[in-house]
Amino acid sequence: MAPKAQKKPQGKQMAKSSAPHKPKNSAINASRLMKYSRARIFQRKAAYKVKKVKTPAKKSAEKAAAAAAFVVKKIGGDKNGGERKVYKKTPKSLPTQVASRKVQLRPKKTFKKHVRRIRSNLAPGAVLILLAGRHKGKRVVLLKQLESGLLLVTGPRKLNGCPLRRVSQRYVIGTKTRIDISKVALPERLNDAYFRRQRSAKKSAASAGGSADIFAKSDAAYAVSAERREDQAAVDKALMGAIKASGDGPMLRSYLRSLFSIKSGQRPHAMVF
Amino acid sequence: MGKLDKFVQVGRVAFIANGADSGKVCAIAEIVDQNRVLIDGPCTGVRRQVCDMKRLHLTGFHLPLPHSSRTAVVRRKWLAAKLDERWTGTSWAKKLEARRLRASMTDFDRFRCARAKQIRNRIVSVAMGSLRKTSSAKLRKPNKKRHLRKA
Repeated sequence: MAPKAQKKPQGKQMAKSSAPHKPKNSAINASRLMKYSRARIFQRKAAYKVKKVKTPAKKSAEKAAAAAAFVVKKIGGDKNGGERKVYKKTPKSLPTQVASRKVQLRPKKTFKKHVRRIRSNLAPGAVLILLAGRHKGKRVVLLKQLESGLLLVTGPRKLNGCPLRRVSQRYVIGTKTRIDISKVALPERLNDAYFRRQRSAKKSAASAGGSADIFAKSDAAYAVSAERREDQAAVDKALMGAIKASGDGPMLRSYLRSLFSIKSGQRPHAMVF
Repeated sequence: MGKLDKFVQVGRVAFIANGADSGKVCAIAEIVDQNRVLIDGPCTGVRRQVCDMKRLHLTGFHLPLPHSSRTAVVRRKWLAAKLDERWTGTSWAKKLEARRLRASMTDFDRFRCARAKQIRNRIVSVAMGSLRKTSSAKLRKPNKKRHLRKA
C-alpha cells in the first residue's frame, strides 16, 4: 500500500485553497440521526491518515501558580504536614462535600436568546386592529418588529391619537390592508430601550437599599420627552405621505381614524380581515 | 309547493350543494337508482362520478343528452347550449356570487362599503327631504282660504 499512501497528502497539509466541500455526513431525520456511523465516517474521511499534533502546554508553571485560588505556605511544627493551602480570597462557601453537578443536557435559554417569531400576515406597513389596552379598537400601522418581539406601531398619531408604541402580537388583528412604507425612514433610536418604562431613580435606590423615606411622594406624572415628540413628528410626516401616495388615500385616512367594532350578526371567526 | 317541473332526468343540469365540488354545476348523465345519479361536468371541473341526489339541487336547465353519454359528448352539448353564460346569468348564480364577495371582504372593504352606503343614503335623504318640502308646499295652498276664515 506504499504507493497509495505516498500519493495522498497528509490530512493537515491538505491544500487550503480547496473550496469548502460538502459535509461527508448528513442527518437522516429531524432528531439528527446520522447517515454514517462514527466508525464509517472515520474511514470515509481517511482520518486514520491524519497525524495527531501535540499542542504545547499553554501555561508555564509560574503562571499556573499565579492563577491558582490559593497559595501554598509552609508552617512550622511537626507532624502536621508542613504546609497549608491558604485561600487568596475567601470564597463565599467552603463546601465540605463535592457537590454533584446536574448535567445540563439542554442548557436553559435566556430570554435574550429566545426565538422571536412573527405571524406571517404581519408585515411592515400592515394595518392592525388593536384589541386591548388604552388604544383598543384603533386601526394602526405596523412599522416593524423590535428585538424583544414586540411590534412597533403608530396611529399615525395625527389620525387616531395612537403614538409610537410597542404592542404585543397577541392583542392584535392583522388586516390585509397594506401601506407601502419602504420610503418611511424610521429613526435609528427606536428600540426596546427607548420604550422601556422609566422607574424613578430614587425609588429604585430605596427599594434596593431598604432604608428610605417610605412616605416620600412619587415623582411627577409622565411628561412626553422632546425626543419622543421629534420622532413622532418625523414618522407621522413620512407615514402621512405614504398614505397619500397609496391608492384610495382619503378613504384610508378616514379608515385609520375610525374605530373597529363587532356589529350584530358579524362572526369574527368567519370574517376576513 | 311550487311547480313540479324540475325532474331528475338525463341531461338535467344540477347544482352541487356540498362536498368537494360544492358550488359547481353539472349534468346528469345517467340514473343509477332511486337515490343516486351519474353526474358529469367537464366544463365546470366536475369529474364524472356517481352522486347522491341529496347533494344535488336541480336547476331549470336541461341538456338534450342521450343517456350514458360519455364526457366528450356532455362537453359538446354543454358548449352548444352555452350553459356557462346562462347559468351565471341566473339570479341564483348572482346571489351566490354576491354572498361569496361579501364573505371575502376585508376590514377595509367593509369600511368602504359602509361609507359608500352612508354617502348614498345622504343623497337619497336630502333628495327626499326636498321633495317632501315641495309636495307639502303644494298641499298647503288649498288651505289658504281656511286660514283666512279663522283669522
